[in-house]
Amino acid sequence: MATAAAHQTTRTQAYGAQDTAVDTVAYERRFDAAVAADERIEPRDWMPDAYRATLVRQIAQHAHSEIIGMQPEANWITRAPSLRRKAILMAKVQDEAGHGLYLYSAAETLGTGRDELLDKLHSGRQKYSSIFNYPTLTWADVGAIGWLVDGAAITNQVPLCRCSYGPYARAMVRICKEESFHQRQGYELLLALSRGTPEQHAMAQDAVDRWWWPSLMMFGPPDDESAHSAQSMAWKIKRHSNDELRQRFVDICVPQAESLGLALPDPDLRWNEERGQHDFGPIDWTEFREVLKGNGPCNEQRITQRRRAHDEGAWVREAAAAYADKHTGETGATRA
Amino acid sequence: MTNTDWPLWEVFVRSRRGLSHTHAGSLHAPDAELALRNARDLYTRRGEGVSIWVVPSSSITASSPDEKDPFFEPSADKPYRHPTFYEIPEGVKHL
Repeated sequence: MATAAAHQTTRTQAYGAQDTAVDTVAYERRFDAAVAADERIEPRDWMPDAYRATLVRQIAQHAHSEIIGMQPEANWITRAPSLRRKAILMAKVQDEAGHGLYLYSAAETLGTGRDELLDKLHSGRQKYSSIFNYPTLTWADVGAIGWLVDGAAITNQVPLCRCSYGPYARAMVRICKEESFHQRQGYELLLALSRGTPEQHAMAQDAVDRWWWPSLMMFGPPDDESAHSAQSMAWKIKRHSNDELRQRFVDICVPQAESLGLALPDPDLRWNEERGQHDFGPIDWTEFREVLKGNGPCNEQRITQRRRAHDEGAWVREAAAAYADKHTGETGATRA
Repeated sequence: MTNTDWPLWEVFVRSRRGLSHTHAGSLHAPDAELALRNARDLYTRRGEGVSIWVVPSSSITASSPDEKDPFFEPSADKPYRHPTFYEIPEGVKHL
């Protein structure tokens, strides 16, 4: 979703190296007014350094999550129970790669190169969603990921389509359209298992038991402990608080679980007439922090696999570049 | 040689015949041919297009955001360029 030429103009060219303090105040005022008026900020507009840094951090983490998120599901491609399910799963994993690329492009409009982003993922200096550090133990996990993990992602991402930063918002519009297929295929998969043999039903229930709580953690820490939330909401990068979105997700899932004939693993989950929402039990934030710190079941495996894929693809990148060099005259493309 | 060296391309997709190509996004590719193939895989996985253009991003010249106001100023004070500027008596048809 990068905007043409955003990459060509350095920030110095865009708004002048000789900026005085007075200019900065004027620029800041214009930026604040644009955000207040619900206008979009575009790549070459002046923006506060902290706004840029926040966006790079968030978009990069989002992109990395899409790419790392390919692994737990790809784990089941060769063992999908039918050709239909296999084709669906391959299309889904390919979509995740696409989502990662849309988002890397959006991050690049902020002046951070693709190689730098990948390097930071590989060296652990930028994070990805902690949900992908859980293993996919059974085929039913593919369904639980589609229904719950992609469902939580959609709840998070729909408001991001109105994010104040144009390229990010545009990437999210495209992603949200595609996520809907992801969620529905997962739900259908779980439904088939739930209505199948007792063993299949048990497998589906086990998957939901394991993925429910980590999915609720995807919305991030509670509002009063969320480090970046308030500022991000002021900048209209974020439109709703973590707790608000988590509640929305729980309320959506309860009737969906009933239709599936599966239970959500929370004894405290019940309708609260007064609030018009569901109450739910406490989340184990210690587990969340441990996984975030790198102590989840698959942290090591995910990053090792990513680095290996990158290294093993090096010869392909080199060959393509060498071929392009040899034929530069014919294609008319210039090398960056 | 790494991914870094692959230039950036802007992708334009014509969604169906009769419509213009519209900017869809960007991608990295070593040459024009691979840029086209990558664009097909990245931006038309669900029949979103019948034709794709790829353009090296470095070939695009853009107006500066800082000059936004003065640059587009000339059109701002010419309301007579719009049909609604003119008063026509009621009942006059096909105008």
